[in-house]
Amino acid sequence: MIKAEQKPIDEILKYLSPYNKILLSGCGACVTVCHAGGEKEVGLLSSALRMARRKIGRPIEIFEATPSRQCEPEFATELTETIERVEAVVSIACGVGVQTLVRHFPKTPVFPGVNTTFLGETVSHGVWEERCQACGNCVLEKTGGICPISRCAKQLLNGPCGGSSKGKCEIKKEADCAWQLIYDRLKALGQLHKMEEIIPAKRWGVESRDGGLRRIVREDLKI
Amino acid sequence: MKAGSNLEKVLSKGLFAVTGELGPPKGNEVSVVKRKADLLRGYVDAVNVTDNQTAIVRMSSIATSSLLIQMGIEPVMQMTTRDRNRIAIQSDIFGATALGIRNMLCLTGDHHTFGNQVDSKNVHDLDSIQLIDCVRTMRDNGTLLGGEEKIEGKVELFIGAAENPFADPFEFRAIRLAKKATAGVDFIQTQCIYDMNRFKEWMKMVRDRGLHERVHILAGITPLKSGGMARYMAKNVSGIIIPDEIIDRIVKAKKPAEEGIRLCVEQIHELREIEGVHGIHIMAIEWEQMVSQITEMAGLLPRPKVD
Repeated sequence: MIKAEQKPIDEILKYLSPYNKILLSGCGACVTVCHAGGEKEVGLLSSALRMARRKIGRPIEIFEATPSRQCEPEFATELTETIERVEAVVSIACGVGVQTLVRHFPKTPVFPGVNTTFLGETVSHGVWEERCQACGNCVLEKTGGICPISRCAKQLLNGPCGGSSKGKCEIKKEADCAWQLIYDRLKALGQLHKMEEIIPAKRWGVESRDGGLRRIVREDLKI
Repeated sequence: MKAGSNLEKVLSKGLFAVTGELGPPKGNEVSVVKRKADLLRGYVDAVNVTDNQTAIVRMSSIATSSLLIQMGIEPVMQMTTRDRNRIAIQSDIFGATALGIRNMLCLTGDHHTFGNQVDSKNVHDLDSIQLIDCVRTMRDNGTLLGGEEKIEGKVELFIGAAENPFADPFEFRAIRLAKKATAGVDFIQTQCIYDMNRFKEWMKMVRDRGLHERVHILAGITPLKSGGMARYMAKNVSGIIIPDEIIDRIVKAKKPAEEGIRLCVEQIHELREIEGVHGIHIMAIEWEQMVSQITEMAGLLPRPKVD
């Protein structure tokens, strides 16, 4: 799922300094799971913003909402009535959610309240790690199901580099070397021959972000 | 001959090759290049020119290599995939070969967060193995990567790469060299060797796969200047192993720098005896003035004149 972290409150207060009545909108999907932008965080951030503004003698009125999925038009448009009553919106959904509101509410400024960080999994309670970069051309079949695009600091397709030491990456000592993981996994599966084959240069410019805006059109689903 | 460089000629005649290393200046001061070049000329067969090593911004390896040619020294131009996509890589290869550069070392490069531009965006469009394949394609097929576009002129390059027998997983390190051989590498330089036992074990795996007959192997060495340097490298540089007895020897020596040179010469003698080692690569980092003494003491002079 998409992972995010709340922005420093001072940064959010700076965005909001011209406004006195806002909507703070969370999202019931990914950012709820990673405790960055769910209903609970909407409540906490809202209190913190109110207190900070009261302290400087400029109280702020905050409406709160947490649509089930802010990135889906039918949920985003539930906010229409509230948005018409406010001067600005802070969204603590991911960057996708922010832009869904932007698309539907052209007259109201929408600010991000979180930094969208990565597509990742929960490693343990309170710990999340990146697992996918949505490169558009999945290589997991070649790499034992472990993604070097998101997990190797140099995105090597023929790793590991010379900086792999005792299973760890030289860039971040707490990070496992993705290619050590790939090696261990393929060895356990009896498929080490896959690592002997050269993986050719990737088609970044076609399937990935580098090829311009990506779009999926499913004619069978269109109405 | 693939490129006709001096290094290629020395190696293909079966002579024991010696290469050095030159770090370009952190600016455009040509006198720095000249000073280092003067310290290396005549003592080595070719000189590696690093490509913004440890991700510190320096004079480009292409420009520095070109200056070395003017100064009468054969360069091995290093190129990393950290800072260039395949458009820039192939364009720079055209430029480098047009300037007379005939050796190129294909590297992924140190991660940019180690350097002085930590906010930059790294590229890594290709990895080092794909870079080798790219250069070989340009040289042997006369086309760009992808195979369609014909190149005007010839890309004559003797293709090198690095390999680190001291990184993990150890059992995979010879296999990785095999991948580089398949991609088309002509010679490799190893990470600096202090753990001779591990290096010999790796060389055995290399010979078992017949790789020493497909690729010229240059053993990497770096003379230790001080006990502090030995300790620092052992503790902080991933992929370098310095056994305790070596650290102790340097730390306890009355004159550590002299001891470091003696150790280096002993290592060269030991490395020469290993089947499949075709030469040494001396990385005397900011200590280029010692290369003449090391090569003299190790009996590597005079360097051969080959045609």
